[in-house]
Amino acid sequence: MAQPADLIGRAAAATPKRIAVKVKGMSDTAMAWLFIGPTMLLLLAINIFPLIWTIQLSFTNYRANRPNAEVENVGLRNYERILTDPDVWMTMQTTAQFVLWTIILQTVIGFALAYLIDRKFRGHAFWTTVILIPMMLSPAVVGNFWRFLYQPQIGLFNYIISFFTGVEPNSFEMLGSVNLAPWAIVIVDTWMWTPYVMLICLAGLRSIPDYIYEAAEVDRASPWRQFWSITLPMALPFIMLAVLFRGIENFKMFDMVVLLTGGGPGSVTEVASITLKRAAFEAWRTGYSSAFAIILFVAVFGLANIYVKALNKVKER
Amino acid sequence: MSGASKHLATAHSVVEPGPWAKRIAGTLVVLYALITMIPLFWIVTTSIKTPPDSISYPPKIFNFTPSIEGYCNLFTTRSRQTQEYIESLGPATSRCDQIARDRSMVVVGESNYWPRFVNSIIIAFGSTFLAVFLGTLAAYGFSRFRVPLKDDLLFFILSTRMMPPIAVAIPIYLMYRELGLSDTALGMILLYTAINVSLAVWLLKGFIDEIPREYEEAALIDGYTRMQAFFRVVLPQATTGIAATAIFCLIFAWNEYAFAVLLTSGTAQTAPPFIPTIIGEGGMDWPAVGAGTTIFLVPILVFTILLRKQLLRGITFGAVRK
Amino acid sequence: MRLLGKTARKAGIGLVSAMALSTALSTAAQANELTLCWAAWDPANALVELSKEFEAQSGITMKYEFVPWPNFADRILNELNAGGKLCDLLIGDSQWLGGSAENGYYVKLNDFFDKEGIKMEDFAAAAVNAYATWPKGTPNYWALPAMGDANGWFYRKDWFENPEIMAEYKAKTGADLAPPKTWTELKQIAEFFQGRQINGQTVYGAAIFTERASEGITMGATSALYPYGFKYEMTPGKYDMEGAVNSAEAVAGLEMYKAIYDCCTPPGYTDSYMGEGLDAFKSGQVAMMMNWFAFMPGMAKDEKVGSVTGFFVNPAQNIPASTLGGQGISVVANTDNMEGALNYIKWFANPDVQKKWWALGGYAVHNAVLTDPGFKDSQPFAGAFLEAMNQVQDFWQEPAYAQLLQAMQKRLHDYVVAGNGTAKEALDGLIADWTVVFEEEGKL
Repeated sequence: MAQPADLIGRAAAATPKRIAVKVKGMSDTAMAWLFIGPTMLLLLAINIFPLIWTIQLSFTNYRANRPNAEVENVGLRNYERILTDPDVWMTMQTTAQFVLWTIILQTVIGFALAYLIDRKFRGHAFWTTVILIPMMLSPAVVGNFWRFLYQPQIGLFNYIISFFTGVEPNSFEMLGSVNLAPWAIVIVDTWMWTPYVMLICLAGLRSIPDYIYEAAEVDRASPWRQFWSITLPMALPFIMLAVLFRGIENFKMFDMVVLLTGGGPGSVTEVASITLKRAAFEAWRTGYSSAFAIILFVAVFGLANIYVKALNKVKER
Repeated sequence: MSGASKHLATAHSVVEPGPWAKRIAGTLVVLYALITMIPLFWIVTTSIKTPPDSISYPPKIFNFTPSIEGYCNLFTTRSRQTQEYIESLGPATSRCDQIARDRSMVVVGESNYWPRFVNSIIIAFGSTFLAVFLGTLAAYGFSRFRVPLKDDLLFFILSTRMMPPIAVAIPIYLMYRELGLSDTALGMILLYTAINVSLAVWLLKGFIDEIPREYEEAALIDGYTRMQAFFRVVLPQATTGIAATAIFCLIFAWNEYAFAVLLTSGTAQTAPPFIPTIIGEGGMDWPAVGAGTTIFLVPILVFTILLRKQLLRGITFGAVRK
Repeated sequence: MRLLGKTARKAGIGLVSAMALSTALSTAAQANELTLCWAAWDPANALVELSKEFEAQSGITMKYEFVPWPNFADRILNELNAGGKLCDLLIGDSQWLGGSAENGYYVKLNDFFDKEGIKMEDFAAAAVNAYATWPKGTPNYWALPAMGDANGWFYRKDWFENPEIMAEYKAKTGADLAPPKTWTELKQIAEFFQGRQINGQTVYGAAIFTERASEGITMGATSALYPYGFKYEMTPGKYDMEGAVNSAEAVAGLEMYKAIYDCCTPPGYTDSYMGEGLDAFKSGQVAMMMNWFAFMPGMAKDEKVGSVTGFFVNPAQNIPASTLGGQGISVVANTDNMEGALNYIKWFANPDVQKKWWALGGYAVHNAVLTDPGFKDSQPFAGAFLEAMNQVQDFWQEPAYAQLLQAMQKRLHDYVVAGNGTAKEALDGLIADWTVVFEEEGKL
């Protein structure tokens, strides 16, 4: 591939002088920065600078609600506290379990849906659009409404379950029971984001060239064989991508949990974002929560990087 | 990977599933779609119920009398008063006033829903416009010029989306406090732009990469400057990509909750943090919440349906690229 | 700018005008307007009705920002810390006074009171102390007492006075069915009603606070803990919590609260605060409901249950005690309309306005209202209100109160709702959490 600089040079050389001056009027680097600069500047101001600030704050005992208090440097104490706090590890475990279960459910259902839609039945385009609707909605606004759906007596959810199973609708509490509350959140998240996984899987399925299936037909491979030896392996990079995106998103999960359970009952649904929010914006332990934020950032970054490496290996196969 | 996207266009023309496979697949998909629509159905029907109907047991699915009370309650605030006091006020001034009086209440003023909705529009559209504008420029820059450390920069841009919003909000909160940007539309627009621009650059770079360079070269030879070539040649070619990117940015900015709840308190508050706080005399006023939710969902649903082709292309495209 | 094309120029103009627009929007709120921030509840709507008089008198347009209780502290403290300009006037919780005074978020009102002849002696002493002073008990005023409040109880008078139900209760327990005087009686009554069929509907014993995210379960459980004899410290000001927070009495009080949660609350009552309680009560689901006095005026006017609702003060056990609520009205130091805001306070302090405030459903604590000979009988809950205000106890008022509250919310919800551990373990754990906070604060 030719470099843009060569192209401009060649173009300039091949054109009359007046135009050549115009083209060369600005150096290539200057042009590049003109295009990229504003974005970089914005990211520098709203992302990098704050990040550096967070790192700096994480070594202090600063509290944003006490402007007059003296700020002390506490070294690594915040980090030490967080990493030795069993509650923090609980919160991380809770988060990990959410990520795990939502990914499993969404990938299985999402891939199955994509596979079915790829059968190209009549009206599949219309129904695909319908299926996509939940992911367009606001997790906060719709999550809030799910709290209503989950009300034991007046909500629709228990009523429907009762209609199909005969269990008394007010005999179980989706949001209030220690055992069911995590699943209540998993259900809403799955409802909302399965379409997203489905779409990526659909892209994967459609990227498989027909001739491979044709060759398999010639070899008389059964549909079952075709699925396991062609469809799944070839769609795998896409499935893994979907898992990556959902994993990152659900690691950040906040709105839905806040509005459905607020972290309760007790602390069984308290995910990392909620712990962080309580420390940062209710208790105003800014230094402490900055350290927490950095730890989360490193964790996501580390895990995502390891995962991307694995993904690239799969792609190369 | 960009080549893979081309396969999207070529369908399985030879390997067609059998009619039974199609029928079963169709039934299952339609069933799934209908089940996922139940919550939406419930939101819309709740918005046209009366408060007692909305919380009746067993739930009233179809057997309720439609009412505009939810919409009235959404846009007004009311105070419960004694019958004598209400009678001393003179006749009701509007339909909503009458509904309130039938419940021994008087309308005392407008609610904050409409200003929040307007904030949502200003912030979501403002930030989308900026993100797409900046993103297009940057994507073109990355696509056509030799940028030092290009891959690192691109990864860095993307990584800004990985942080939990609460973590990002801590320093932003402090920064905005210093700059006087707390609870301002400008602050929220800048923040959403910064978050969206990373996605915009990634998506648009893919689209612009696919526009043949020869077009611009020809334009340059015809005497256009680089900028003119960009605006008159590249931009028109990239409209699909820009539309797809714009929808993504809009969906994010329209639906965003965590930043909005932490960085705004009223003046610039958007609808998502507001809607879950619509309460009646006791707990949630579900018909009003349903009404607020319904109105809030309309714009995004309209956009989704109008631009679904670009949207599908954008999602699958982004996935394929990354 | 010749290099930039037409589109870019247009975009630039768009950007600039967007910025201008947003600045315009954020400054439009000044002129002759006042924004008053409070919690979204009955009294707030009554205040809107009351303030129409002020608007007519002063020509100032009042705007309101009412935040539901579960988000109230969160959002308003966030706003104050951010130095925002949303609120000119704020009716804020008593626990905020310390921080807001020390950080200069509120205007100190002493000089203004002197100048306008507003005397704090005209207000109930307990209210002034709780809602206006910082440091506590000193004559430094950061607010005008706006609304007295405590946690109390609502009950279904028609059920309690139904001869059949009364006879059955007598037969079952040997006692007369009447508003309970102790928590033991309260539990007995709640158990009696739980699961009973009344008017063809299954009813439940009592609605109590179990909310997790903000302050709900703490406010509810302390209403049982205080009467049992729970104390925060052995010696006031020494932070010696061992033996006070986890005394045998405190453990018994917390066990009682859990027992009532387990036996006698409606289904789904796992994360409920004032709103959910009101819904349960108004829909005829519960015989009794714990809730703030603030809701009693609205309840008494309710078209369905208003006439059959009775009120009683929080039951005693070892001692009489109630959990404190209520707020004072403060001027936010950041306001652009200081004059208007102070005018509002002046108007609000007027005895006639205070009387109308009480009539419309606000708990005025002005002596002109409270000492009026007709006060006790002016409303069915007026007597109970006076009684409650004489026995209130409040949560920590430390600057780190939010952190202390978070710990208590977690420990209580873990024990009462999630059912982990014992009451003793919960309170021991609470001491451990609080000790860490106080150590961090340099107080231990």
